[in-house]
Amino acid sequence: MLQISQEKELRKNPFGYDIEQLKEVALRIRRDILTMLPEAGSGHTGGPLSAADFGTALFFNEMVYDPKNPKWPDRDMWFFSFGHVTPVHYSLLAEAGFFPKRDLLKFRKLDGHLQGHPSCLDSPGIEVSSGSLGQGLSIAVGAALGSRIDKHPRRVYCLMSDGEQQEGSIWEAAMSAAHYKVDNLCGLIDFNNAQIDGKVENIMGIEPLYDKYKAFGWHAIDIDGHNYRQILDALAEAKTVKGKPTVILCRTYMGKGVSFMEDDYRWHGKPPKKEEAEKALIELGTTYQEWYQHLLNH
Amino acid sequence: MEFKEKKKTREGFGRALEELGEKNPNVVVLVGDLAESTMVHFFAKKFPERFFQMGVAEQNMTNVAAGLSLTGKIPFFSTYGAFAACRNLDHVRVTICYSNLNVKIGGAHGGISVGPDGATHQAMEEFAIMRSLPNMKLIVPCDFWEAKKATLKSAEIWGPFYIRFGREDVPVVTDESRPFIFGKADIHREGKDLSIIACGVMVAEALSAAEMLESQGISARVLNMHTLKPIDKEAIVKAAQETGAIVTAEEHQIHGGLGSTVAQVVAENHPVPMEYVAVMDRFGMSGKPEELMKEFGIKDVNIVEKALKVLKRKKSGC
Ligand SMILES: Cc1ncc(C[n+]2csc(CCOP(=O)(O)OP(=O)(O)O)c2C)c(N)n1
Repeated sequence: MLQISQEKELRKNPFGYDIEQLKEVALRIRRDILTMLPEAGSGHTGGPLSAADFGTALFFNEMVYDPKNPKWPDRDMWFFSFGHVTPVHYSLLAEAGFFPKRDLLKFRKLDGHLQGHPSCLDSPGIEVSSGSLGQGLSIAVGAALGSRIDKHPRRVYCLMSDGEQQEGSIWEAAMSAAHYKVDNLCGLIDFNNAQIDGKVENIMGIEPLYDKYKAFGWHAIDIDGHNYRQILDALAEAKTVKGKPTVILCRTYMGKGVSFMEDDYRWHGKPPKKEEAEKALIELGTTYQEWYQHLLNH
Repeated sequence: MEFKEKKKTREGFGRALEELGEKNPNVVVLVGDLAESTMVHFFAKKFPERFFQMGVAEQNMTNVAAGLSLTGKIPFFSTYGAFAACRNLDHVRVTICYSNLNVKIGGAHGGISVGPDGATHQAMEEFAIMRSLPNMKLIVPCDFWEAKKATLKSAEIWGPFYIRFGREDVPVVTDESRPFIFGKADIHREGKDLSIIACGVMVAEALSAAEMLESQGISARVLNMHTLKPIDKEAIVKAAQETGAIVTAEEHQIHGGLGSTVAQVVAENHPVPMEYVAVMDRFGMSGKPEELMKEFGIKDVNIVEKALKVLKRKKSGC
């Protein structure tokens, strides 16, 4: 049986940032994403930028973990069910201190540990490998059930994309989470209405998603996924819900933060070229060279 | 050949889980609406708080098991092999194997002997599928006792396991005290003219075939290759060196199963003539188990036929 700290103070987010600080972190995360991608020469841009804000809120205000001890038994657990958003996932882990930022420059390279899609046997801070969409929610249900057997105070977070709501297995998982009343589970959906071949509504509509989760027995919250007040309030609300899981639909924009990428599905799976990255980074108050150096030094 | 007792391998699985429930508080069991069929109902009855009925949703069940393992539990999930191995493959591959999670899969109703339910329910591809996955371990027990021991053993060794069970009562060819050594072939009969390497229910057929061959003055070694991954290379090479001819026997498709595995080891280390008893690249059909075993050519007489053929090749040196 696991040893779990009984002291409440120990079970808290290691940063506990306020909204202004969260915005500063998110800006750094976006700069990281736009610098590591041209260096890698392949990878996903749009989704990582849309998930950057609620991702930052989770890592720097909400979740309980210790970056120096990734397997700390007291930790909360998070699952990036949409594995392809590794640029934001890795950048958050590096910013939190799981590994040096310079590792981001070896993203997708043979001599680095950061695989194109997250591999738990290669990098710290990853509970389980992912990359095949539609699997994370089931894993999160299992982790929530296991934690409940142990009477562990842990919360389990599952970050999903809107595109993967098209997978049948998501709805198998949704059904089982409600059936087993796992209220220690919180799902967050990056609802950017974009996927590879076009807008989600045109490829295979998933609306009304809020009503669907409600009908599946979940507590659902619909928010602006770039508004930190709304994100933090929703996460707080989720913790008060008893007897059912909670899902937060984070309405976001693909490519958020870069004018020429915003709300354009064509940025799903391509990296910016160096010139494009330079343009984007200038919009974000730095330059490619400056941020590259920043990553090398951290 | 007459065997004294017949029993189901899936019952060995069910009884082992019941025992594990007592011994290890971390063992949890999941099932996809097949609790009695896969015989996990013994566990369910005794440990309801560690038993999860997951309904007809195998993909979800697979990954809920994965999630449970992340919290230190040792999950066993079970359904028919057709679904445990085939429908779930993506989940088993990416989540369980790529992450090397401590999840155990009980694949029931493997083989043509499933009988009247027909092709959809006669899983005969699991060996090929599971053997191809890094980190996966695969056991194909030959009888009730071996099924029980294999299940108990799998809880002691870290990582993903697939254990294949059948539907029917099958001859008990081992006993309670016979040692089961994971990864090591079990020699059931010594012989010098050829070796028959079998797994699952085909071990009984192989023993019967060996008896028939003996009456013709042919001495056959019978190896029970219960662990298909990791395969016991040493026992195979020894069989090739000492007997100079091999027949494999399995209740599985010819491609990618026991025969393919043994052939690879033989070709790499000590080439000798080989023949195969397996399902020859066709889907199953409805019928009585015994009728189907005959129809698909996986009976003792088929092993004898292949043995005579391989001995001819051995003699003529090709
Ligand atoms: C099971 C599965 N099918 C297909 C893919 C290939 N694929 C990668 S991302 C994606 C969809 C992208 O849409 P979304 O998940 O909403 O991500 P976003 O575009 O917002 O980043 C697809 C089809 C996959 N990774 N997994």
